[in-house]
Amino acid sequence: MKKNKSRNIIIGIVVVVIIAVFAFFGIKGSSSNNSNSSGSNSNSNSSTVTAIKKRGVLRVAVFGDLPPYGWVNANGKRVGYDVNLARQMAKDMGVKVKFVQVNANNRVDTLNSDKADIILANFTVTPKRKDVVDYAKPYMKVSVGVVSPKKAPITKASQLKGKSLIVTKGTTAENYFTKQKNVNLLKFDSKTQQFNAIKNKRAAALADDNSYLYAWVKRNPKYTVGIKSIGPKQYVSPAVKKGNKSLLNWANKEITKLNSKGFFTMDYDQELKPYFGKEVKSSDIVLKQGK
Amino acid sequence: MAHSAINVFLEGNNISRIIGGLWTSVWIAAVSLVLGLALGTILGVLRTLPNKVIRFVLRLYLEFFRIVPTIVLLYLAYYILPRTFHVNWPASWMAVLAFTLWVAAEFSDIVRGAIESVPKSQRESGLALGLNKMQLFRYVLLPQAAKLELPATINLATRVIKTTSLLMMISIMDVVAVGQQIIEANNQQYPNAVFWVYGLIFILYFIIDYPLSAWSKRLTAKHSR
Repeated sequence: MKKNKSRNIIIGIVVVVIIAVFAFFGIKGSSSNNSNSSGSNSNSNSSTVTAIKKRGVLRVAVFGDLPPYGWVNANGKRVGYDVNLARQMAKDMGVKVKFVQVNANNRVDTLNSDKADIILANFTVTPKRKDVVDYAKPYMKVSVGVVSPKKAPITKASQLKGKSLIVTKGTTAENYFTKQKNVNLLKFDSKTQQFNAIKNKRAAALADDNSYLYAWVKRNPKYTVGIKSIGPKQYVSPAVKKGNKSLLNWANKEITKLNSKGFFTMDYDQELKPYFGKEVKSSDIVLKQGK
Repeated sequence: MAHSAINVFLEGNNISRIIGGLWTSVWIAAVSLVLGLALGTILGVLRTLPNKVIRFVLRLYLEFFRIVPTIVLLYLAYYILPRTFHVNWPASWMAVLAFTLWVAAEFSDIVRGAIESVPKSQRESGLALGLNKMQLFRYVLLPQAAKLELPATINLATRVIKTTSLLMMISIMDVVAVGQQIIEANNQQYPNAVFWVYGLIFILYFIIDYPLSAWSKRLTAKHSR
């Protein structure tokens, strides 16, 4: 019995050591890969424009559960603003499109482990993300908006002084208004909670990404997005694997071309307009179109 | 009004999409089980051999797959293998690989236990008849062990089927992932759809798993009589 026990302990220790070694090499291996690919482009071979054309399939990472940007309709077809762009890109490249469904937190991994060539999943450009992926030109803009009751609308930031404002924790809205003085913030954990709070008149207004607010006021016509855009503008861009110059250049040219053709206004009218209220214009979301 | 959300299943081809998602889960579970049980039998037999090195290595393998959570195995197969070793298979085959290795590890222990609990007199009688090692396993030990390992094997199968709900984490469109797509797509029209969709998924898993678990229970009862 005693002998058995000590043997078990030894085996346990060995297993832990082996796992630790695996983990170490796993991390080391992947980081050295990253540096390779950003230097010589050797590891992103399967995602260069030539490789994609040869394969005949462009693999795009999209959301499957975020209407109206990337979702699946009742007929099982992938639709949305991002998905439309993906189909157009594949068409212009002359290849078929294949969708890889992702969540917000595995977008970067999907790219780095070669599961997709490009991300079109409402991927907002931030300085931190720029370190791990390469962004092409933006195709959409978002910023913080403020929603308030139509009876007591808030249309200027100065009206918020001394009043309370609802935000969700971890959003850009919280970040921005934490820096503003004279505004009392009421912070909530989820979208459902924050919208319930404004319905219960817990504060004068609510701040969040304007694209969510547009869709929400459409369903709640007693409210209005009084301030459509406040604070720094943020952009949504296609992202490719770090160092994939070939696809990055192609995507930049493609976006420029689509901009001059006014593609994004069409895309907006088709996919986003039905979800947003009348007070929203395509220029609130779409970047400048035409030559 | 409260119950109108059941209509969500009548929209478009939502029902057939859910069934399609369920099929993905079932075939991945089935292929992994077939391959895993075959590999597990071989490993289980090897583990009863007196060679200490083989036994030690296989023990390590078993402990690794038993201790590491399945979700971590799936992530290893889906994200780390392609990045570090440039093995790039479709997601569903990566899942089959991870599940097969897991099933093989668990099953090898079941087989080892069953072979060791076949009465010693059986092995000795076999050897006395002049059977060689292969024949001894093939005709005497494995058939008798099979009966002993059946309930535990069915139990393992139900666990594998349940665990397929993790597949959505590696971008496989299994039944849960399809369910979530439907919930989000109908959030505006049917805010209560979440209850109905998850309810249906619960029933579907139950229909598949319950007969298996009832069968295992009956076999256990029969065995202990």
